[in-house]
Amino acid sequence: MAQLAASPPSAPPLWRQIVQTVAMPLLAIFTALVAGSLLIILTDLEVLVALRDAPGRAPAAAWKAITTAYGALWQGSIGSPTQIVEALASGDSRAIAQAFFPITDSLVTATPYIFAGLAVAVGFRAGLFNIGVEGQLYIGAITSVWVGFAIKGLPPIIHIPLALLAGPAGGALWAFIPAILKAKTGAHEVINTIMMNYIAFRLSEWLLSYKGPLKRPDSANPVSPFIEKSAELPRFFPDPIRFHLGFFIALGMAAFVFWFLFKTTWGFEVRTVGQNPDAARYAGMNITRNIIIAMCLSGALAGLAGANEVLGVNHNLALAFSPGYGFDSIAIALVGKSHPLGVVLTALLFGTLRGGATRMQNLARIPVEIIDVIQALVIAFIAAPAIIRAIYRLRQAGPGAETVFTRGWGK
Amino acid sequence: MTTTTATPSAAAMRATRAYIRRSRIYGIVFIAIALAMYWLFAVGVDRASVTTYTLNLGPVPAEQRLPDWVVPSYTTVTLLTMLAVAMGAYQLVRGFGRATTVMLGLIIVFFVFSFLTWATRDQSINLVGMLKTMVQRAVPLTIGALSGVLCERAGVVNIAIEGMFLSGAMFGGLVGSVTGNLWIGVLAAVLVGTLLAAVHAVLSIRYMVDQIVSGMVINIFSVGITSFISSKFLQVFQELNNPGTFKPFALPVLGKIPIIGPIFFEGNIFLFGMYILLIVVHVALFYTRWGLRTRAVGEHPRAADTLGINVFRTRYVAVILGGAVAGFGGAYFTLGSVGRFDELMTAGRGFISLAAMIFGKWMPFGAFGASLIFGFAESLQGKLSILKVPIPSQFLLMAPYIATMIALAGLIGRAVPPAADGKPYTKDH
Repeated sequence: MAQLAASPPSAPPLWRQIVQTVAMPLLAIFTALVAGSLLIILTDLEVLVALRDAPGRAPAAAWKAITTAYGALWQGSIGSPTQIVEALASGDSRAIAQAFFPITDSLVTATPYIFAGLAVAVGFRAGLFNIGVEGQLYIGAITSVWVGFAIKGLPPIIHIPLALLAGPAGGALWAFIPAILKAKTGAHEVINTIMMNYIAFRLSEWLLSYKGPLKRPDSANPVSPFIEKSAELPRFFPDPIRFHLGFFIALGMAAFVFWFLFKTTWGFEVRTVGQNPDAARYAGMNITRNIIIAMCLSGALAGLAGANEVLGVNHNLALAFSPGYGFDSIAIALVGKSHPLGVVLTALLFGTLRGGATRMQNLARIPVEIIDVIQALVIAFIAAPAIIRAIYRLRQAGPGAETVFTRGWGK
Repeated sequence: MTTTTATPSAAAMRATRAYIRRSRIYGIVFIAIALAMYWLFAVGVDRASVTTYTLNLGPVPAEQRLPDWVVPSYTTVTLLTMLAVAMGAYQLVRGFGRATTVMLGLIIVFFVFSFLTWATRDQSINLVGMLKTMVQRAVPLTIGALSGVLCERAGVVNIAIEGMFLSGAMFGGLVGSVTGNLWIGVLAAVLVGTLLAAVHAVLSIRYMVDQIVSGMVINIFSVGITSFISSKFLQVFQELNNPGTFKPFALPVLGKIPIIGPIFFEGNIFLFGMYILLIVVHVALFYTRWGLRTRAVGEHPRAADTLGINVFRTRYVAVILGGAVAGFGGAYFTLGSVGRFDELMTAGRGFISLAAMIFGKWMPFGAFGASLIFGFAESLQGKLSILKVPIPSQFLLMAPYIATMIALAGLIGRAVPPAADGKPYTKDH
């Protein structure tokens, strides 16, 4: 092999490390988007009709389908540059708000993704697969909305932190159950968190059912009362822009998770347990404690995602309010390589995609679920980099560059 | 892995002691359930109350009508309590040995029957109808669990049953509508399941992707692609989403048995397909060379490899067969039950299948039993509003999930997966 002749292994230069780290996720996302384009083309009626009647016209129809779709995606997620310039030139505050609405709303969508992505990432770092983020998010939303509407007469400076902390408390509690079961009996956290997800969904159904404890009496829909004004996370701009404090809290949490994982003894232990539990046990680390710490932190972050949604965006709890943030966040953590910075960047990208997809559905009649398809492909490509390397004829980055999780059901 | 240095006899003694301890715990659980039964369903019940169970399903000619089954509510619950206490006492003193699990099942049946008797006091309920619904609801769960058993016995975790269900349901319905032939629809569903399983197999066996990640990929992809096609085509062109359903029929001899016949032997091809699969999978896994090899690969792939078994090929075959089974189960939703595809119509049943597989301890008939219990929970949920029971139906629907967590935690009857389940296999090391 060529490597034998090469100089002894030394750390590659920094720029090369960065390229190697970023190349795979970018290629994975790019490839998934191309595959998504194929899906758009193959299900476009005009293309299909053209293929049947006049195959020569099919490429033009395909091009039109793609440009319409991705044009709408861009407009829905970033906004139209000309509109932004015109609005700024006119100086009309309403026009400016409208022009900046898409990009700010993409940030609003990215916020729960940052929290939830961090939640999954913390689990991965500890060798735990927390599929229960979605359920923990619901519980966080439930506890937080309850504190938000049930306690009245508090000043915002007390009410906001209180309602905000109720979310992570609920999420951590929900994650504690599978954590203790894993630590004490070895019951696999994947199955237990899946089960806890459904228990959480049913619980929220009951809470919001007819005459349920959290149901707003004067509404026919399964929704909770609105939270008090004093519990709402402050927004920075007039309506319709919903950009709120949660985004900065999410960035703060990313910094906190970075500090926790890489700068504290607890974080070191959690990572060691994740990488090699036998070595960790041999070094005298308490496996039980670390599993519980990691899982509860993960659940707390998931709960924050839920609290952020009810306190910052919706201001009440509605049945099925989450479009699957908890499940999407698995992709985010994988693409972001379970690193807080990677998670934030990926969450921004996914938030943008998700924000634009709604617009794409309205303008180009492309169902928003295409994002799920793209996401599944991204996860597959990230998890099996050999596929991407085969497509682009890349060489293997080097030993140890791949993360392969191997987990059995048992202990 | 920790190694113990104890001598065999000490280990044996420890095993015996553990067995006795577990046996005692069972006994206490039995008695606790019995007492809970009495306290919940007998205390405070009017002694004169009677529960009426009707046993006829649909319009039955007068000469074949079965008389209603009327039981005194209080006495029935009391008798069942006494029986359960006696069983618990025997378990404490002597132990039922290998029959313990069956006894636990019996006591759960007692509990549920007591609940029904209490909830239906001074009212009537169609017992046969309820049990029939239970079996119908258990059909997709059992088929899904069988898919899981096939994959996991070979050492590949399959949490993608939900995705295979969803895709099988959508494509089965679509192809069934387009061709106007339900059988071709079923075939399409099976093919789609097979294809998804092949992806799962290649990702997890060849590329050694974490099997849970790979399963999630298939689940997320299935949610995306089925909802995408549904809102792009099925909701626009109704004729693409109107396959109809298989007609139910009764088996010649077995279907004629009163009570049992209508409950277990009257249904459409999915019910009988389930029975056939149940027997085939059980026999294939436990009484053929192929099954022995598959299980060997799931328990100890390296040993199997040493003996000349092709681990990779065995796993591919098992996973792909499992996918075909799951695709068939998916077709149940459109072609066997609803006659139309709705977005996310499987509603997590693939995960309940997974639960049934675990609850049934990775055994085909165990999974069937668990599916029946979970199916009963679903069937009961539909009746709760009629019975005016003060339990929200959502709590009943939580039961399968909670039961699975309890089983997995080993509080009663530990569920132990195949030893190599979820671990990718590499030849070198």
